[in-house]
This record gives sequence, structure tokens and C-alpha cells, in this order.
Amino acid sequence: MPQNRKRIDVETKTMAIKLTQETHTMQVKDLYASVQGKAVLKGVNLTIKSGEVHALMGPNGSGKSTLSAVILGHPSYTIESGDILFNGDSILQWTPEQRAKAGLFLAFQYPVEVPGVSVANFLRTAYNESRPKERQLSVMKFNALLEQEMKTLHMPPAMAERYLNDGFSGGEKKRGEILQMAILSPKIALMDETDSGLDVDALRIVADGCAQLVKKSRLGVLLVTHYPRILHYLKPDHVHLFVDGKIVQSGGMDLAEQVEKTGYGSLEKTGAKAMSTKAKPNTTPTPPHREACL
Amino acid sequence: MENVQLKQKLSGEYQFGFHDDIDNVFEFKKGLNEKVVRQISKIKKEPEWMLQKRLEALNIFYSKPMPKWGADLGHIDFDDIIYYASATKKQYGNWDDVPQKLKDTFEKLGIPEAERKFLAGVGSQYDSEVIYHKLREDLEKQGVVFLDMDSGLREHEDIVRKYFGSVIPSGDNKFAALNTAVWSGGSFLYVPKGVHVEVPLQAYFRINTKNMGQFERTLIIAEPGSSVHYQEGCSAPVYTTDALHSAVVEIIALEGSRVQYTTIQNWSNDVYNLVTKRAKAYKDATMFWLDGNIGSRVTMKYPAVLLMEPGARGEVVSVAIAGKGQHQDAGAKIFHLAPNTSSLITSKSISKDGGRTTYRGKVYVAPYAFNVKCNVECDALILDEQSASDTVPYMEIQNDDVSISHEASVSKLDSEKLFYLQSRGLSEQKAKAMLVQGFIEPFVKQLPMEYAVELNRLVDMEMEGSVG
Repeated sequence: MPQNRKRIDVETKTMAIKLTQETHTMQVKDLYASVQGKAVLKGVNLTIKSGEVHALMGPNGSGKSTLSAVILGHPSYTIESGDILFNGDSILQWTPEQRAKAGLFLAFQYPVEVPGVSVANFLRTAYNESRPKERQLSVMKFNALLEQEMKTLHMPPAMAERYLNDGFSGGEKKRGEILQMAILSPKIALMDETDSGLDVDALRIVADGCAQLVKKSRLGVLLVTHYPRILHYLKPDHVHLFVDGKIVQSGGMDLAEQVEKTGYGSLEKTGAKAMSTKAKPNTTPTPPHREACL
Repeated sequence: MENVQLKQKLSGEYQFGFHDDIDNVFEFKKGLNEKVVRQISKIKKEPEWMLQKRLEALNIFYSKPMPKWGADLGHIDFDDIIYYASATKKQYGNWDDVPQKLKDTFEKLGIPEAERKFLAGVGSQYDSEVIYHKLREDLEKQGVVFLDMDSGLREHEDIVRKYFGSVIPSGDNKFAALNTAVWSGGSFLYVPKGVHVEVPLQAYFRINTKNMGQFERTLIIAEPGSSVHYQEGCSAPVYTTDALHSAVVEIIALEGSRVQYTTIQNWSNDVYNLVTKRAKAYKDATMFWLDGNIGSRVTMKYPAVLLMEPGARGEVVSVAIAGKGQHQDAGAKIFHLAPNTSSLITSKSISKDGGRTTYRGKVYVAPYAFNVKCNVECDALILDEQSASDTVPYMEIQNDDVSISHEASVSKLDSEKLFYLQSRGLSEQKAKAMLVQGFIEPFVKQLPMEYAVELNRLVDMEMEGSVG
């Protein structure tokens, strides 16, 4: 019998290893970035792991969107210092498509319109580009997959043949981003104000779609938003308050609730206080950002 | 999905740069004179009136100066061109009778088997002579005539005599005169009253004799209430000296007919492609030119529609891609010569690697042509700093009762769009190719499936060469 027991132990161990392998980590380390000489990220620290939902909240103009664009490698921004790691490797030198292929995804706040390129054609190309030949899908098979995902997101099938985001309503564009995310099945997704411009029903569909991915494929999510509304549908494990280019306070759902009650104004103060209590010697003092508050 | 063979062919140097060593049965010496013209006519056993037309055109050719308003034609040496060549003496009505060597050539050009079956007839011009011509039986039963132009003249002299030069007279321009003097091959297509040709008719052209110009002549007549779609695709082997391709295409679309003429020219990058294409559209007829220019060193081509009678409609949808050392000077001409006529011009051009595109267009509305509608849209995409694009639109409107719009845009590839596509895992070149494909989609969507696939692949390959 002892022999048998040993065998089971080995099996359990292998399974455990498999699970650990499936955990991906995206880490932003003391990141400073600028655009045209103007500092926009001023020391961001953030770690997101598979299956975690992080909410990044902050007033307009605080640099929330910049952070997600920088993580995907937007060419307009210059990294001044710090690092971005994916599973331990620095990705700063990687092109946007390398980052995407590794498993990062950005749901754009303003998805661009690409006339002349159909949703189906675009997504099939993107899907197949990041897969080895034997795992690529034929037109027929891909269309079946697409149809199924569109159904989940309550999108009419005809949308697949429309040109990418061209003439889409705000809500259609946002839903389209979630569709792309569902098809491309990334490891870590940055959702840049995906909730803004959605009505309650659409918000629920989008949040549910996202929650499914977190649950089923252990997607790690950074939800960039300035309305706490979506957080009722997609419960975050961590809430970060982002002011003037950096995270000033982190907490749980209670932090989001506080924002909901009192707005950013009061939190910025506490945030600033919180910062000052654990301020690093090299950080610049946070200037007041009242004009950007709700 | 990736076609490795095509990829190899399309990367860098011109892909169809092979030529086989088929003996030319009637090999003419270089140069142009009256003797050459008489000899061409004699070999073809033409009627006297055609010979006279040729000789008259030769004089017009001599008397006209080289056009200076467009692309640089300074390198054309008319004395360094062979004006007639023939690969085979006889016509082939049956594919089995076509020499294996020529079949191999078509194989290399990648004309798919399925296409041959699908298409009703293939008129392939090999050197100056049409070597293979077959028309499916049901078309014959309908009375459709699809022949090479030489046979057309022999078998339907009365029709040819009536329409030859009626749309583009010899005196129209220097190169139309040259074509009229030395024309050989091309297609003759006659669609009887009320007949709808359901499948596109297709012809492949190719230059295969060193320094040989190709002067094909095409005449299409659509009788009242008929419809037809004619496709022309070109490919030529590479030669170090310049080759000249100077074709004339005349189309007569009679009352209530619809004619579509589709071209994607992909001549090798040493060819001067100077082509005159014009159609007359009569009462309620529609003429549609779909014109793609990818190859050649210099192209000057402005498909034209003369809207002769009320209700006529003319459309020209074109795309031009100019790469290194290329100048695509292309556009459209529409003449509103009757009331209640309408037209649409859509032009898309892409210049890259130092290439140059020019949109040159003319819209004319006659004083008595009331209630005319005309929309012109030309968009240029410039992919790098070395490349250029010009727009030369010309409009002459002789009355007030018209609705005319003209939109023009010049743009570069949008970096936000590129980032968006790249953030989905597309490489920079793939993202660029996709934006270019989107840009020319209004053209591509009009193409038959196999052409569309081919063109999209071509753009993919072209973009591959322009990055990095």
C-alpha cells in the first residue's frame, strides 16, 4: 500500500504545479513616464495576478488612462524610470503586439474606427496571429466561435460583418471591446473606463461577461473607472485611488464606497495624508487637483 | 492561409520575371514605319479599309507631339520597340491543343484551374496573338460573340467597321493613334439584345518578347437591355529595357444595358502602360469601370464615360498603388452630354517607398445637360516621407441645374489606429496592411471573390516589403 500512496502524492503535486503555472503576474514597479516632456506617471506601483480584480479609481486627468496605454506600449509615451514586468520579465522593450501575444489586453476607452475592415476579419486575423499554425481556426470554425461569444454579449450576428467600430454607438464600441477580449482570451486585461457611456442593462451584460472570464479563465483585471457603479456588478478584490500620476491609497470595496459617498475631493485629502505618512523621500508633493474633481 | 509561393513571388523584385523561349514565328525588326504597318495588315489578311485606317493613324501618330502634361515619358524610344510578334500561327479552340509550354506559363502565372472552369471563356493574349479562345456553349447559344479582335474583324466585319474608332478616334491622342496603326489582338465582345451574361468573361494579357510593345485593341458592344462583366488581368516578365503597353478599349453600352469592365494591371516595373479606355453610355445604360493599377513603371490611364442620352450613368472606381520608381497617373473622365445623367468617381491611391500617385480627373457638364448628379471622391494615402501624391481635378460645368460634389483627402496611416491593431497582437506590418486593405475596401468589395482575395494578398506582400 505505501507504494500506492506515493503515486497519488506525485499526482497531486503535478496538479499543484500546473495551477501555479497558470498564475500570471503583471507588475508595475515605481514607474515614471512622460509625454512630450510632461510627466504623467509619477511612481506607480501595482501588482495584478490571475483571477484578481483591481479597480483603479481617480478623477479625470489623473493619468489613469495613461497607465493602461503605457502598459500596452503606446509609442507616444516615454518611460523615464521604473519597470513593467510580466511573469517576472521586463516588457519595456517589447512591441505592443508582443505584449498582446504574451497575454495583455487593453479595452480602449475610445476604440478607434477602422473603416473597410470587418469585425470578423479583424478578430480572426488577430486570433490566428497569436497562435501556432496547428491551433489557428478556419473561417468557418472561427465564425462559429465568434457567433457564440456575440450571443453571450447580446450582440446581433450582423455586427460581425460591420466595419470595426465604424459608426458604432458608444455602447456598441464598449461591448465590442469585451467581445474582442472574450475571443482573444488574454491573461491580464486593462479595462479603460469600459463602463462609461453604457446604460444599466449594457453595463450588466459587460460586467457579467467580464466576471465570467475572471471565474472561468482566471483573467486578471484592472478596471479603470471614475464611477463606482460598475463595481457593484464586478466586485473588485482591491481598490486603488489614483491621483496625479500615482496610486495614493489602496484598500478594499470600502474605499470605493467612500468615493461613492463623498466624491474624490475628500479622498484626495486622505490620500494625500496617507501618502505623507508613508511618503518616500524622493516623491514630489502632490499638487491639489480640485478642478478635476467631480 | 499563407501562400508561400505567392509570398516569394511578391516580395521585392517583380515576381513573374521569367520568360520562356518560344520561337516567334513572325519576328519583326525594331522600329516603326509604313512598311511595318502594311506588313501587319497583310499578315492578318485585313480588309482594305482597316489598312487605310492604320496608315491614317500612323500619320496622326507622327504629327502629334509627346504629351507633356502628365507623367515623364522621356525614356520611351519608339525606334527601340518591336511592333508585332506572334507566338503561334494558329488559333486554339480547345484547351488540349494549347502547347504545353504555354500552359506552363499560365501555370507560373497562377491562373487557377477552378477559375478556368468557372469562367465562360478565356481569351488569353500571348505575345501579340491570341492563342487560346473558348466560349462556353450556352453563351454561344445566346448569341454572345467573344473572340480575339483579329478574328472579330474577320468574322464580324460589319459590326467592327461600324464601331471601330467610333468612341476613340485615331486623332484622340498620340498613343491611341499608335495603337490604331499597329494594333494586334485584344478582345471583341458582342452581347445581343436582352442577353445577360451571368459569369465574368476574362482575358489574360502578357508581354513576352524582349522590347516588344503590346498594342491590343478591345471592342465591346452591349445591345439594348443586355449586361456583361469583362475582366482583364495583366502580368508581364521583367526586362531591363522599357516595354510599352498601349491599349485602346472602346465600349458601346446601348439603351438600358449594363457593362462592367474590371482591370487589375500588374505589369512588371519597367513597362510604360499608356492606355485609352472610353465608353459611350446611351439611354438608361450604366457603364462601370473598375480599374486597379499596381504594376508598371508609368501608368497613364483615365477610363472615361460619355453619357450620351438621358438616364445614362457612369461609374469609375479605381485604386492605384505606386512603389519604388513607379508613377501611377490615373483617374477618370466623365462627360455629361445629356440631361438626367449621373456619375460617380471613387479614386483611392497609395504611395510608398518613393512612389508617386496622381489623381487626374475631368468632369464635363454640357450646357443642355440639366439635372445632372456627379460625386467625386479621391483619397490618397501616403505611407512614408519619400512618397508623394498629387490631385489634379478638373471640372467644367456649363449649366446651373447640377448637383456636383467633390471630396479629396490626403492622409498618412493613423498611429492611433496602428496602436489599436497592434495591441490586439498584430505585427506592425500586418496592422499597416490591414489599414491599407480597409482603405481600398470600396474598390475590393466590387471585385469578384478570387480577384479580391488575390488583391488582398498582394497588399499583404507589398506591405511586407515596405516595413523594416
